[in-house]
Amino acid sequence: MHELSIAMSIVELAQEESDRRGGVQIKAIHLRLGLLSGVVKDALVSSYEMACEDTPLQGSRLQVEEVPVLVFCRKCDAQRPVHSTQLFCCSECGTPTGEVVQGKELLVVGLEVEE
Amino acid sequence: MNSKTRIIEVRENVFKQNDIVARALRERFRDAGVFAVSLVSSPGAGKTALLEKTLTLLRQQFRVAALVGDLATENDAARLARSQVPVKQIITGTVCHLEAAMIERSLEGWRLDELDFLFMENVGNLVCPSSYDLGEDLRLVLLSVTEGEDKPLKYPTIFNSADVAVITKADLAEAVEFDAVAANRNIQAVRPGMTVMSLSAKSSAGMQQFLDLLRSRRALAREMSTSQPANASAASD
Repeated sequence: MHELSIAMSIVELAQEESDRRGGVQIKAIHLRLGLLSGVVKDALVSSYEMACEDTPLQGSRLQVEEVPVLVFCRKCDAQRPVHSTQLFCCSECGTPTGEVVQGKELLVVGLEVEE
Repeated sequence: MNSKTRIIEVRENVFKQNDIVARALRERFRDAGVFAVSLVSSPGAGKTALLEKTLTLLRQQFRVAALVGDLATENDAARLARSQVPVKQIITGTVCHLEAAMIERSLEGWRLDELDFLFMENVGNLVCPSSYDLGEDLRLVLLSVTEGEDKPLKYPTIFNSADVAVITKADLAEAVEFDAVAANRNIQAVRPGMTVMSLSAKSSAGMQQFLDLLRSRRALAREMSTSQPANASAASD
C-alpha cells in the first residue's frame, strides 16, 4: 500500500502550485488516474484526507477521473481500448497487443480554487 | 461546484520526481556501460535465490554488483555476499517498494564504470513497484510455480511494467502440478509477446538460457547506445 505517500506527493505538488500563484486557496484537486498506474482509487482518496490534515489543503477534495487503457493495434493502425486489463487485445479485431499508449498516468490536471 | 470557484489547468505528473531521478540513473548506467536489471515478485518467489546463483555464475565472466531492497532485514545482502560480489542492502523501513532516489543514494561510493551488470532486487510486492521506474534497462518479474498460474491475471499491472517473465522453482513444478501452458497463456494475455523463461536456481535447470538472455540483452543495449543519439534511450519502458 503506497497510496499514502502518493497522496502526500499530490498535496505537496498542489501546495507548490498554489504558492506559485500567490497562495490561492485550493478547494479541490482534479486527478487523472490510469488503470495501469498501479494506484487504487479508493485507497488514494481515503489517504488523501489523511495527507491533507494540518496542511492548508485540509478539507479539500480529490476528484479522480479514471483513465481507461488504450493500446495501439497495428492491424487496425489505430488506438483502441482493451476489454479488460486481463486481456490485452484490440477491442475491435481481437489482435493481441502490448503497446500501451494510455493508462499508466497519474496526473494532476486541475486545481479548483476560490475566486 | 459553485460560482465562487474556478479551475486552474495544470499538468503535473505525480511521479515526476521519481521519473526525473530514474531518467538520470538510466543515463548514468548507459554512459558507464553498465546494464541494470531489476527483479520484482511477490515475497518468497525466489528473487534472492535466483540472484545468488546468477551473481555466482556471471562473476566468472563479468563485473557484477547488486542492490537489494528489504523492509527490515539485511539477511538478503548477507546471502548475496556469499557470491563474493559487491552487494548493498537498501532497508526501506515502511516503504513497500524501491524508488529511484533510493537507488541513487545507495550507488554513492560505487564506480559504475567498473561494472558490467548491476542487479536491483525490489521489495517482495506485486503491486507498488509497478509505479516506480528505477532507471533499469531490463525489468524481470518472477513467478514461482508454487504461486499458481493465475498470478498474471491478478496482478496485470506489474506484469505490464516488466520486460521478461521468469518462472522460478521449476524443480517443484511436478509436485505442485504447475500448469505451464496456462501460466504462459495468462502472461501473454496481460502482456502479449512477453518473453518467458523457466528455471530452477536450485537445480540450475534453465540457468544457462537465463544467463544467455542477460548477455544478449546487454549486448543489444550497448549496440543501441552506440548507434543512437544520446537522448533517444529514455523511452524504453
